[in-house]
Amino acid sequence: MAAVAESKGRGSALVMAVYLLFLMLPIYWLLNMSLKTNREILGVFSLWPQNPTLDNYRTILTDPSWYMGYVNSLTYVVMNTAISITVALPAAYAFSRYRFLGDKHLFFWLLTNRMAPAAVFALPFFQLYSSIGLFDTHIAVALAHCLFNVPLAVWILEGFMSGVPREIDETAYIDGYSFPRFFVRIFMPLIASGIGVAAFFCFMFSWVELLLSRTLTSVNAKPIAATMTRTVSASGLDWGVLAAAGILTIIPGALVIWFVRNYIAKGFALGRV
Amino acid sequence: MDKPVNNRAWFLVLPVLALVAFSAILPLMTVVNYSLQDTFGNNQFFWAGLEWFEEVIHSDRIRAALGRQIIFSATILAIEIPLGIFIALNMPKKGVWASFCLVVMALPLLIPWNVVGTIWQVFGRVDIGLLGYTLTKLGVSYNYVNDPVAAWITIIVMDVWHWTSLVALLCYAGLQSIPDAYYQAARIDQASRWKVFRYIELPKMQGVLLIAVLLRFMDSFMIYTEPFVLTGGGPGNATTFLSIDLVKMAVGQFDLGPAAAFSLIYFLVILLISFVFYTVMTKEGEAL
Amino acid sequence: MTRITLENLAHSYLPNPSKDDDWALKPMDMVWQDGGAYALLGSSGCGKSTLLNIISGLLVPSQGRILFGERDVTALPTLERNIAQVFQFPVVYDTMSVRDNLAFPLKNRGLPADQIAARVAEVAEMIGMSATLDRRARGLTADAKQKISLGRGMVRQDVNAILFDEPLTVIDPHMKWELRTQLKDLHRRFGHTMIYVTHDQTEALTFADQVVVMYDGRVVQAGTPQALFEAPEHTFVGYFIGSPGMNLLEARIEGATAHVAGARITLAQGYGPLDGRTQIGIRPEFLRLGTGDEGLPFTIRRIEDVGHHRIVRGQVDGTEVNVVVPESQPLPADADRVVPDPAHLHVYRDDWRVDPARRERAA
Repeated sequence: MAAVAESKGRGSALVMAVYLLFLMLPIYWLLNMSLKTNREILGVFSLWPQNPTLDNYRTILTDPSWYMGYVNSLTYVVMNTAISITVALPAAYAFSRYRFLGDKHLFFWLLTNRMAPAAVFALPFFQLYSSIGLFDTHIAVALAHCLFNVPLAVWILEGFMSGVPREIDETAYIDGYSFPRFFVRIFMPLIASGIGVAAFFCFMFSWVELLLSRTLTSVNAKPIAATMTRTVSASGLDWGVLAAAGILTIIPGALVIWFVRNYIAKGFALGRV
Repeated sequence: MDKPVNNRAWFLVLPVLALVAFSAILPLMTVVNYSLQDTFGNNQFFWAGLEWFEEVIHSDRIRAALGRQIIFSATILAIEIPLGIFIALNMPKKGVWASFCLVVMALPLLIPWNVVGTIWQVFGRVDIGLLGYTLTKLGVSYNYVNDPVAAWITIIVMDVWHWTSLVALLCYAGLQSIPDAYYQAARIDQASRWKVFRYIELPKMQGVLLIAVLLRFMDSFMIYTEPFVLTGGGPGNATTFLSIDLVKMAVGQFDLGPAAAFSLIYFLVILLISFVFYTVMTKEGEAL
Repeated sequence: MTRITLENLAHSYLPNPSKDDDWALKPMDMVWQDGGAYALLGSSGCGKSTLLNIISGLLVPSQGRILFGERDVTALPTLERNIAQVFQFPVVYDTMSVRDNLAFPLKNRGLPADQIAARVAEVAEMIGMSATLDRRARGLTADAKQKISLGRGMVRQDVNAILFDEPLTVIDPHMKWELRTQLKDLHRRFGHTMIYVTHDQTEALTFADQVVVMYDGRVVQAGTPQALFEAPEHTFVGYFIGSPGMNLLEARIEGATAHVAGARITLAQGYGPLDGRTQIGIRPEFLRLGTGDEGLPFTIRRIEDVGHHRIVRGQVDGTEVNVVVPESQPLPADADRVVPDPAHLHVYRDDWRVDPARRERAA
């Protein structure tokens, strides 16, 4: 082990350093801009802020039309994650434990939904949710994102559940557990990391998606990402505020990553290595 | 693994079925409906048969967008898959430095897609962006707003920036699952670095690579937000990919019929190519 | 092929070992003779795999030297030591055929194709896989995969030594026996130095000419299976080898008399004054049941009939003691004593055997 790591040597460190620099630079540039005034951004070209200011952040955090965007985004993202995981858990259990009529076709069909371009669904969703009076609500976006998150959650959870030996289920039934009690008390703790990974992915894809969330909202549930695009064009390119808003959208993701940092690699393999 | 047959398992799948039926089948039926009808407004529809499909198939504009889309997806797959493998091979295996790499690498994946577009829009600008400014100072003629080649390069670099880490993280997970004994045995067998890669690491990564290729293909084929924010599909139509074209058609021009027919064809193309990838790669795996 | 010498060798996985416990492998000197069949026996965590990895060059020891013949190889990588190693779990190149797997180490060393083909055919014959040479390794059973690993270890003729790290863990019991016999056979035919790590005493005793027993990072005894059985140098050897293991009883030694559980036992030799913890050890095979006032007081708890002999389990003054009674002898119903055979009774001080003939050993 030690010897293997040693043999990688300095070349690897250099490769990683260059790659991480490539990843960080654009984000750093946004951060750099967010701490400058518009005059400085357009006037002087500098690698770091000459007169660092938090004014841009103040603008966002004191204006409800700005910060409600974050509240809206987080609201529908959390709703979507909760819904996706709740419905995906029993389904994943069924796929991992039983064979039933049409199981393979159903599984494949679920996955095809992950392949559906959001652009295809944008307009029909708009009409569907308008007709049932859900347009511009958080739940509409949360449900729409289920289109790609539920199949993904089922897929991930199925992978983790298949890793749990079936004997555990049988032992629990023999011990007199009912199915719901067994599932919540015994089984869910066993696949806790899988649930974490699935929740991470649901959060991720719901958080980064814009096309559907913008199409399905106008005012009350407008996501932060959409708020950004509109304000930019209206206020004549307020670069500083735009950059600050961008940085603020990165923070929830960064926090989530920090919490799951030890499971990232396993998680990205969806429990299927 | 023999799983018991139990048709009551359907009850467990029912919630998913209901939800996905609501959010996938209903809208899809609407699309099918539109694709076969024509309207003069006032919600008056009449049967148009396969007219829209013919129009879409023969449309030069859509063909051009499809061509651009295929070139784009092929290019980013050709860059991101090898680069991702290369990065994964160079990642440290454990320790603080490894955690740091993981966190930084995962960061671009959790940035909203339009913000990704914004970041690169800013980064590439010749007046205020580090990249554009530096290139211009170095005497390179670079302007993604009116130069199609620069626009393409910027979009590709942006996508590499955005998604290579996903491929790398997947491969890294595959590499982590290789027991040390394999490396030790290879050293005893006097295997070269290339042979270790070819006969130990690559076979172990095959499963995750399949996931990586499928995910990257599907998502790149559906790409919309990032190039839309960066270039808006321009200059001209140089970076108008299928999704951008579709949204223009459906929302911008409200050509529901053709847009719906286009949607269905689009969806089927993705399904078909994904299926081919899947089949080829699993077959390949058995033949290796 | 060559003699392997370990000089004052020790290893710690910690950067700055200070306490005794920090050492995975405590300082040792040892010589492995050219062409010997050795078993390295011990329970898990005793340091036997560490020792093996140091010999193969996968680990660099914290101190000491390793010599192959006269050559110091301590700092040399695995490659230049020219050894073969078979691991606990099968290591096969999944995507290659069985033939390519076996040929791999030879191809990498650039041998001519006809030599490779001949050698592969020979090894395939040995491991009984001639018929499946062209199958792909993926999808074979764990047994077959491990046979391929064994074959790859054996395919090179010029190796200095072949190291086996618990190679039969994943093999079915009846296959274990067969493969072990084949290994023994190969050793006889080609005379490679073989070092076989295991925690299974049967494997060690049937495979090796010399068994090296390790305990807590130390080599506690190296000797023939016979010596390990008859004169265990350490209580661990007594307990670990044999089924059931050696009986150990707290005792006070006075000259040629041992005071045990209120009774007195006459020893074969006289001992000098011993400080520390003293025990007597006797194998169950050298105890017999008795009555009256001979030997030691004994309470029978249970009798197990294991076929060619019976194991009588009981206690002497609260300590577990086992007695082996051959099937041919009757079991006295009223037995309440056990009588040791003085010739096979050993005295241990702080777990090490005291040999009155070699007083200095006890010091």
